[in-house]
Formats: sequence, C-alpha cells, structure tokens
Amino acid sequence: MLGLNKKDTTLLLVVAILTLCAPFILNPFPEGSALAQFNAGYPDLMQRFVIFGIFAIGFNILFGLTGYLSFGHAAFLGVGSYSAVWMFKLLSMNVIPAIILSMIVSGLFAVVIGFVSLRRSGIYFSILTLAFAQMSFNLAYSVLTPITNGETGLQLTLNDPRILGMSATADGSIPVTSLFGLEMRSTYQMEVGAWLFQFNAGYYLCAAIMLLAFYLAIRIFRSPFGMMLRAVKSNQQRMRYTGLNPRPYTLAAFVISGMYAGLAGGLMASMDPLAGAERMQWTASGEVVLMTILGGAGTLIGPVLGAGFIKYFENIFSKINDNVLHSWFSFLPDGLEDFIVTIVHPFIGKGWHLTLGILFMLVVIFLPGGLVEGGQRIARLFRGKKTANTSKTKTEPAE
Amino acid sequence: MSKTNLTRRGVLKSGAVAGAGVALPTIFTASSAAAYTNEPTGSTVTLGFNVPQTGPYADEGADELRAYQLAVEHLNGGGDGGMLNTFSSKELKGNGILGKKVEFVTGDTQTKSDAARASAKSMIEKDGAIMITGGSSSGVAVAVQGLCQEAGVIFMAGLTHSNDTTGKDKKANGFRHFFNAYMSGAALAPVLAKAYGTDRKAYHLTADYTWGWTQEESIVAATEALGWQTVNTVKTPLAQTDFSSYIAPVLNSGADVLVLNHYGGNMVNSLTNAVQFGLREKIVNGKQFEIVVPLYSRLMARGAGENVKGIMGTTNWHWSLQDEGSKAFVKSFGTKYGFPPSQAAHTTYCQTLLYADAAQRAGTFNPCGIAEALEGFDFDGLGNGATTYRAADHQCFKDVLVVRGKENPTSEFDLLEIVEITPRGQVEYAADHPMFAGGALGTCNPGA
Repeated sequence: MLGLNKKDTTLLLVVAILTLCAPFILNPFPEGSALAQFNAGYPDLMQRFVIFGIFAIGFNILFGLTGYLSFGHAAFLGVGSYSAVWMFKLLSMNVIPAIILSMIVSGLFAVVIGFVSLRRSGIYFSILTLAFAQMSFNLAYSVLTPITNGETGLQLTLNDPRILGMSATADGSIPVTSLFGLEMRSTYQMEVGAWLFQFNAGYYLCAAIMLLAFYLAIRIFRSPFGMMLRAVKSNQQRMRYTGLNPRPYTLAAFVISGMYAGLAGGLMASMDPLAGAERMQWTASGEVVLMTILGGAGTLIGPVLGAGFIKYFENIFSKINDNVLHSWFSFLPDGLEDFIVTIVHPFIGKGWHLTLGILFMLVVIFLPGGLVEGGQRIARLFRGKKTANTSKTKTEPAE
Repeated sequence: MSKTNLTRRGVLKSGAVAGAGVALPTIFTASSAAAYTNEPTGSTVTLGFNVPQTGPYADEGADELRAYQLAVEHLNGGGDGGMLNTFSSKELKGNGILGKKVEFVTGDTQTKSDAARASAKSMIEKDGAIMITGGSSSGVAVAVQGLCQEAGVIFMAGLTHSNDTTGKDKKANGFRHFFNAYMSGAALAPVLAKAYGTDRKAYHLTADYTWGWTQEESIVAATEALGWQTVNTVKTPLAQTDFSSYIAPVLNSGADVLVLNHYGGNMVNSLTNAVQFGLREKIVNGKQFEIVVPLYSRLMARGAGENVKGIMGTTNWHWSLQDEGSKAFVKSFGTKYGFPPSQAAHTTYCQTLLYADAAQRAGTFNPCGIAEALEGFDFDGLGNGATTYRAADHQCFKDVLVVRGKENPTSEFDLLEIVEITPRGQVEYAADHPMFAGGALGTCNPGA
C-alpha cells in the first residue's frame, strides 16, 4: 500500500492507530485515583509527544542514515518557531501559512549551515553545528531582540497587524490559532465512568502531520537516496573512489532534517504561540540526540518512542512532590512511610533528571539498540526461537 | 483502466461518511457547561505552584515552594495562622477558600519560558488548577502570564522585577505583588545621592536581556535626575561567569561608581570580581569608589559572602522588619523550616493569601470576579505597610526598602541592614509612564 512493502505498511498502520487512540491509551487510570498522576493523556503533553516525534524522525534521517551527528538541531526548531509566530503576528492566525513559512525558513537556514558544516565530518562537524546553534541562541537571546524579543520570548500582542485576520477579538483578547476556523485549543471531553478522555483539535492536526512525516521518512529510508545516505555512513572514502560525490547527498539529508525540525518548531508555535530562545540552546539540541539514541538510532519507530519517553519524564515525574508521595505510602506505619519517602525523594520532582539519566545509562549499557531493541527482545521471548531470525527485519538499524 | 460500480448503497454509505467527516470539527468546538476554566465542583480547590526547581534560580524556587506550602497550611487552618492574623482583610477563616479545602500541585519551570509554559499547561489541563503562581525570572513570568490569559486562569506573579511584567506585557489575568525596576531606581537614587554626593560618574554593567535593560534604564533615569552622569553602559552576556575583562575598563573610564545590573549567579560573580580588583579601595576624582547593586536578595548576598559589606541596593521585603505582619510571618516560617524567609518567599506567600482573600470576597473562583476584587484593593498587615493593587496595570504599590550589606553579620542570614524605608508616594508613577507604555491589559478572560 502507498508504495510500501507489507512490513512497513503494518508499522505505519500500528503507528497510526496508536496516535489516533492516544487519548485513551495515555489515560489508563481513572480520575482521582492515586495513579492518575501517571496519566499523560492531556492535550499539551500529547502534542509534545508527536511534535518531538517529528523532530526526532527528522534528526534520525541525518544521524541514523548518514551518521553525521548534528549537535545544533535545536537551532532549526527555534527558527521554525520564530517564523511561525511572526506569521501569526503579521498575517493571520491560520496555522497553515505559519507552518509553511517555518519549513521554508528553516530549510534555507539549513542550507547555509549545512554548506559550511558539512565540509568536515565526525567530531568537527558536530562542533561546527554546535557552534552555529549557540550562535543562533545568543543572537536570539540578546542581539536580535527586536526580532526575537530576547529572553522573554516572542509573543502575540493586541497591537499586531494580522493583515488577513484581526488584531483583537470582539471582546478585546488576542485571537487564538486555528485551522480555517477550527481552534487549535478546542477540546472535546468525553467522560466514561471515572475516566476523562480529552480529544484536542491541535493534537489531531499534529498527529496527522506526524503520520505524514513518518510516511515520508519510511519512503526515504527505503529509497535509492536512502541507500546512498547509508553508503555515506559506512564508508565515505570508498564512495568517493567509485566516483560519487557524497556532499550533495549529505547536504540534502541535512536540509530535509532541518526542515523536519522547522516543521516541529512551527507546530509547537501553532499549538502555543510563543517562541523562546531556550528552544535553541545546546541542551535542547542534546535532548534530540538523547531521544534518538534512547529509542534506537537508525530505526524508524525508535526516535518517536524516545521522544515520548523523555517528554513523559520531563512532564510527569517532575510534578510528583513529597505530598503526593506521602499520599501514596500513607497506608504504611509513620516511620516506614517517612523512610520510604526520603529514599524516593531524590528521584522525583526536581530529581527527574536523575531518574532519566539512570534509565538512559541502563538502556545504553544493556540495550545498545535502544528501546526498539528491547521491544524486539521481548517479541522474541514470546514467539520462541523459531521466528527469532525473521523478527529482526522490521526495524533494522542502518549499520 | 478503472472500473466504477456506482450503487445506491455505496453512494449512501460514502455520503454518510463524508457528512460525518464534515460535521466532525463541530464536536470539538462544543464547550462544556462550566462557566469558567476549571470551575471547582468538589470539596477541594487546586492551586498550581510553578517555580524553578532546577537551574540558576533553584534556591529561590525552593524558598518560594516552602512559602506556598506554609500559605496552604494557614489557609486550611493549620499552623499558627501566620499573616492571616495581621492581614487587614478578615474574610479568610482558616477553612480553605469559600469552604473548599486548598490543595496544590507543583511544577518545575527550569527558568525557561518553554518548560514553564508546559508545566503550567499541564497544571491547567491535567490537574485542574484554578490559579497559577510562581516564577523567579521576568522572562518566565511574562510567558506564563500570557498563557494564563489565553487559558482563562489567574496568574499571581512571584519574583519578577522587570518593568515589562506590568508594563508592555501586562495582562488582565496577571497580578504582581513584587516591586519593579522603576521603583528600585526611584527609591535608591535619593539615598545614593545623600550617601555619595550628587556629582558622581556612574558606569553600568548590565545583564544583556530584558530585565537588565529595564533596570539600567530606570537607574540611569533616576540617578541622572539627581545630577549624576552616566559614563558608559556595557552589556554583559547572561552566561558570563568571569567579569574581569569587563571590570578592567571601569578603572580607566573616570567613573567613580559602578552599578551592577545583575541578578543571581551573575551578580555574585561580577561583584566578587569587582571587589577582587580592589575597586572599593580606589580613590577616583578625589572620591571613594563605590559599587551599587540595585536589586538585592539575601540568597545572593549569601553567595557573595564578604564582598557585600557596605554595598547598597533595594529589596522588596526583609525578615528583620519589625511590623506585626513581618514578625508573624518570620515566626511561623522559622518554626516550620528553621531559618528566616527570603523576599521571594514573602512575595509568594502574600500572593497566595491575596488570591484566597479576593476569591472569598468575590464569592467565586471566576477569574473575572477575582480580578475585580483585586483591582484597586487596599490592604495592610502583609509586611509592607499600606499597599494598593492598582487597577490600571495590576501592580502593587508599597514602600520599598533600601538596604546595605552588613559590616558585622551575626549569622549567615543576617547579611543586610535596612538603610531607609522609602515611602510609597516616592516610588509611584503614572500608569502610562513611558517606561511602562506599549501594552494593554485587554479584558479578563474566564476561559471555557
């Protein structure tokens, strides 16, 4: 179907079903129960899951296929966000022009940075991209404040022109982002017994775009172009000797990957019209590297899983505080309760980085292929030895 | 070649599917029955405390969180009641707000606008928070304030000192109790003129972002009005940790006062560098060289150690104040945590009480009702003397403290001494003052 083989079609369908049913899947615990803390099925986080999924898919096209480790990918995300917010300020609150502009601008940006950075490979390439990203961050943070509004971040105001829309709504507030009138923030809430499921228009737009991006990534992975990119990764020297110039291929991969990042940035701004300079900081670039490696570099689904994993920790674990812990362990005798809370305390709330770091180490040490490898191992356990050899084909790492 | 089989059933089926597809968006726009965002229906009400728990302002965030927990305890009738007993409004009875028990959720802003908004959004969308409060930097406060305006909940700003929070970025749903850069300048300049004379030449080092700029602008304007000259203003990158290269030119510039528009770790480092360079022993233009830090905090003073001795600045509140409200707050905070509260803790405690009181007086949690109750509200007994929430820009007006680093501290908390309590009248400004112009409150948004 759609030019995919059977395995890839199944994968795409599985991803499609998972994203469409995410409001159910991510809200497994009833409202008000102690475990409701772990529910992730609210619009903002679901949007983040798919948006960072797009970001990681794009990053993986560069890193997973060509092996070029860009340490400055967040710059494209930031550029995309800024372009989108400017579109909201100047043109209209419709998300389509904003998303298109963010992809174009980040693409142009990627051509420039890629043209310079790709003259070197390995660690030098990483450092060059890192330098460009930090440069963009510092520019956005202070020098370019008229364009980026500096530390505060670019926001919409009541005085923006919005030529095709309106500066302010009838009741005097800033209009909200929409897709031809369908407001991105509008949410349909479904109450089923003790459960509350939220279906958000913005999430479904992001999910649809993510599926499109995912489909495109599969096509790239399976195309002759993808094969060339793998060749760049395995032996660039040999590629040159056979008379092929690897640079156009790597530059193309870099630009595609930059546009994916720009798309993610544009979507982020469409869901929440604000663009801050921190989006470009090196920690943000490092985050997407972590996502890709955690999920499984070079695999199709890996980066999406990694993105979901990290965002889940950032948003759910950081919100567990001592009060919540006490309520969980209140059934224990007082002394024991306090003791357990003291033990768990460093790993939750502000300690979420610690928990994530430990998990990251465990994954890298015991599952070098990332979460995807974990999934494959479990699948192999269930299927028994018979199919052990065939189950690998689904998400084979590039090298 | 394609073959089409057009049957009656097929047409009806596809027509129904298409119709459902077209109608789909309308179910998303169906709004719920609630009158405003997160209307509390049970026996509890949830507040969202969004503070930096990691990053450069984590110390302040931790202190803010302590104050919030104390405030919730007092609102629910626990502890000794703290400033509830000294607060001029007696609506709060220690049985929660409007009879509903107060609960809270916490989040980590990481001192990043993005993370702060994500955290605030999860509080609103997932936990049903009716009010968001916190923040230890102006960028974050402005970003979260914008979000709360869109989402239709009240935002009670924590420690944010930039003029923009209630200036060009003011919002109808946002309120600030903390003072601002303009007030710092207006309070500090006369004291500086009295202590150091009116013919001084100042050199500014300024953190290169919004807050730094508004503070520099405010201090320059206030000191120049009293006869000082500004020799030079130099922007320093926020990530700078070594300021030696910025301090050296100060010596040759002919300036005899150095103003450090820095906060947090920046201020600790720049002040330490300046003192190490021996600036304070220099005699320039026949006058003793002086250093000024316009925005002081005790947590910063502790970081800079010995170097703060004799350095002047301003602060919103200090625990050594002897009015009834401050004493009650220091006592209950000290009993619970074993040390005195910082100004960040004080402002967040006050904001929580002010919100609760406004809800009680308005008889509703509707953001519009609360905004109405807070606008133009006069109160006393919260440690800053008589205070007003101005309706025009949602900024609190109260006395400002001018402080100096203590020469002989008796403990690690006793680092600042109060030089002067600048009366409120001296720091007030018109709502359309040029430093605050360019924004509009808009109208209050109850969401839903």
